[in-house]
Amino acid sequence: MGKWTRRALLSVGGVVGGGLVLGISEIAFAPNRLGILPPPSGDGAMLTVWLRITPEDAVTVLVPHCEMGQGVHTALAMMAAEELDAEWSQVHVQEAPAEPAFANAHVLRAFLPLEIPPLLGRGFDYATFKVAQWVGLQVTGGSSSVRGTGHHGMQVAGAAARAMLIQAAAVRWQVPAEQCIARRSRVLHEPSGHAASFGELADEASRLAPPVHPAFKSPSQYRIRGTSVQRVDIPAKVNGTARYGLDVVLPGMLYATVRAAPVFGGKLAAVETAAVEAMPGVKSVVKLEEAVAVVADGYWRALKASRALQPQFTDGGHGEVDSAAIFAAQAEALSGQSFGKAGKEGAGAASLEHAARQVEAEYRVPYLAHATMEPMNATAHIVDGRCEVWAGTQDPLSARKVAAKAAGIAPDKVTFHNQPLGGGFGRRLPGTFDYIEQAVKIAKAIAPTPVKLIWSREEDLQHDYYRAAFVARFQAGLDAEGRPQTWVSHFNGASEALAARPPYQFKDLELRTTDVHAHVREGSWRSVAFSQQGFFIESFMDELAHAAQQDPVGYRLAALGHAPRHRAVLEKAAQLAGWGTPLPAGQGRGVALVEAFGTIVAEVARVEITADRQIKVHQVTAVVDSGEVVNPDTAAAQIEGGIVFGLTAALYGQITIDKGRVQQSNFHDYPLLKLADSPRVTVEFIRSGAPLGGMGEPGVPPIAPAVANAIFAVTGRRLRELPLQANLLSGKS
Amino acid sequence: MAISFVVNGEARSVDADADTPLLWVLRENLGLTGTKFGCGISACGACTVHVNGAPVRACVVPIATLQGASITTIEGLAPQDAPHPVQIAWIAQQVPQCGYCQSGMIMAVSALLAHNPNPSDEEIAAQITNLCRCGTYERVRRAIRSLAPGAGGSHG
Ligand code: FES
Ligand code: FES
Repeated sequence: MGKWTRRALLSVGGVVGGGLVLGISEIAFAPNRLGILPPPSGDGAMLTVWLRITPEDAVTVLVPHCEMGQGVHTALAMMAAEELDAEWSQVHVQEAPAEPAFANAHVLRAFLPLEIPPLLGRGFDYATFKVAQWVGLQVTGGSSSVRGTGHHGMQVAGAAARAMLIQAAAVRWQVPAEQCIARRSRVLHEPSGHAASFGELADEASRLAPPVHPAFKSPSQYRIRGTSVQRVDIPAKVNGTARYGLDVVLPGMLYATVRAAPVFGGKLAAVETAAVEAMPGVKSVVKLEEAVAVVADGYWRALKASRALQPQFTDGGHGEVDSAAIFAAQAEALSGQSFGKAGKEGAGAASLEHAARQVEAEYRVPYLAHATMEPMNATAHIVDGRCEVWAGTQDPLSARKVAAKAAGIAPDKVTFHNQPLGGGFGRRLPGTFDYIEQAVKIAKAIAPTPVKLIWSREEDLQHDYYRAAFVARFQAGLDAEGRPQTWVSHFNGASEALAARPPYQFKDLELRTTDVHAHVREGSWRSVAFSQQGFFIESFMDELAHAAQQDPVGYRLAALGHAPRHRAVLEKAAQLAGWGTPLPAGQGRGVALVEAFGTIVAEVARVEITADRQIKVHQVTAVVDSGEVVNPDTAAAQIEGGIVFGLTAALYGQITIDKGRVQQSNFHDYPLLKLADSPRVTVEFIRSGAPLGGMGEPGVPPIAPAVANAIFAVTGRRLRELPLQANLLSGKS
Repeated sequence: MAISFVVNGEARSVDADADTPLLWVLRENLGLTGTKFGCGISACGACTVHVNGAPVRACVVPIATLQGASITTIEGLAPQDAPHPVQIAWIAQQVPQCGYCQSGMIMAVSALLAHNPNPSDEEIAAQITNLCRCGTYERVRRAIRSLAPGAGGSHG
């Protein structure tokens, strides 16, 4: 693939089959673009994007992100194809292999600047790069793929390739390049009538130096971006041919399933294996540190055998912990005098005493599981000192490292085949690859036979990395007219500060944190801290509006101050939802407004409380400002899906702990929203032209507070704890 | 035990423990991995196939009960080059997200429409109880409605 250079863009000639192959090196690209960074040293630069044009006119875009249904392969390819001016039907997408050369540092660029003051932002690229290089990130999460890789990588690759093709044509025809244009995979010189396809020019183009600062189209010239092209991954998902991790088949492969220590932190103490090893089809019982695995010639036999085992596990000293104790420990910490400060504006909490009126409330949310439809699984094969792994992850590079460590070999001896994901939502992010580690260790024990490890749903729900259970307290000071002047929140989890700052203006504000964690494994869950803070902040804001006896929409608008994008989103949602118009008895509306990952979303829920106190969400109206919308239909699908995901959590979702372990085990006691309970959803976009925001997660946070606020509108009861259905019935508030 | 049945129009025999659920026989013995595993307790519908034309959840049907049965999986719903109307509607409405639940969803919907080509919203809600964690329900409804007689086909 040619020698690495220090250039921003690499053109690689002489590849098999010919054509133009163009890559972008992040480390070299960033300094050229921003003009502030030192050149990279050594051969360690990372490529984030590859683009190839074959002599047959096929355009292939190599995408360093996994597809989990968010349409990222399509959206990223659209961004490259747009700048390239390619014919969309000739564009193909391929996921980049898990090699360091494809690590996507752009993700960090898109994600981190949110948290740093603008002045530091310029110097931040380099630090970002260092971090990414060090961690070896190739991660899909944080709604960042399109914002990061798309904006900084795909777009540049497309524009550079177009410039090179045009240059090649100009040389061939002996005409000025400025007179040539690219259109639908062809270069045209209108004055002379010359025309050639991209494929015809690709070889010549590949011999040119790529431009360092290729010119971009203006948005008004977009032909592909902003249209609802169909997703490239869908056809295989309607006929059963999409191959998820669970579907990988290797010759001679065996099947395994595990039972892990039920109490987090527990270890396998003892297990009697002889009787189980004699069961039909059972090949081996493998003892791992925290689990015991059964290997058999089929999953069903492995499962039956694993159920017949009576393993003994230690409990790491956590065998008496329950949810009540976990909440109590957090509440106690919140009552203590020592806390961290995640933010302070004006006089902070001190100004509360001058308020004409104070409002206080405590909120809490339970642990939640991801419950991806595809249970955790991985297939591993160790032979001749090498290891191959097949699994769906949101970060194949760090999964590869986990596999290498488990196999006891160097990462470059591991080949990781990332598969389409049957759901991610944060469960398949770095730090949560226990299933890969287990599969590799089992494969090592039975090497050289390949093995597919499949977790039962019970194992999956009880060994997740859960969305954190979380207690938070809020205090507000209102002036004589009921306007919010002071906002004080105190919550658990120091890293949650970004999500804790409401979008409203306050004279004085203070965000206090404590950091108390139980033994329960915690992880990222679609929309991370925004899912909890969104519920708290937008519910409490509703409380303030009612305390001030003002309309919740009007009250928020007044509190937003100069925030034109937020105002426009909220006003539009209220208008589309018919805010303030009469509803049948037993129904009410609730609203919430949350900005997350650069995208502002307002949702209005129309909710009915039935005679037997069931919560029925009839309609959700969502208005979204993500700056630009690359693929409107896919973007709408992400918001629709986010609302359903958030609504499951709002209405039913809870993982509870008893005797140190998770009580729920399958969908009968961890129910998901069904079609029958799923509201009508309307999604409307505002194209404000602001920097591109994320789409996979921002739809989630507003729905829980919107529904809780609607329940208040109907019943006058303020539910301050999720899930709402159980708490409405129990009478707690 | 040995079982003979018809799968996607072909006579097949397999040898498996009598209590093995159909799901695992399809996936592991017959290599038909389009049918998915989600829960194993008949709670999610990811494993839905047709047995003698009726939708069943293959994760809880012991193979011993299927002697002589006729089974259709997502792979056999229609030839790949001539997709079933439900599959066409699914593409037109861009229903799948991660897609993992969609084999089961499509099998459940195709079974419903075979008996009731124009189901009411209530009938759809009562019959289509498959879980979709990605939350594609709105589009599932839209796609089903687009298939109703007189709805203008699957292009709506
Ligand atoms: S796997 Fe059969 S219903 Fe869930
Ligand atoms: S499309 Fe992902 S679970 Fe339904």
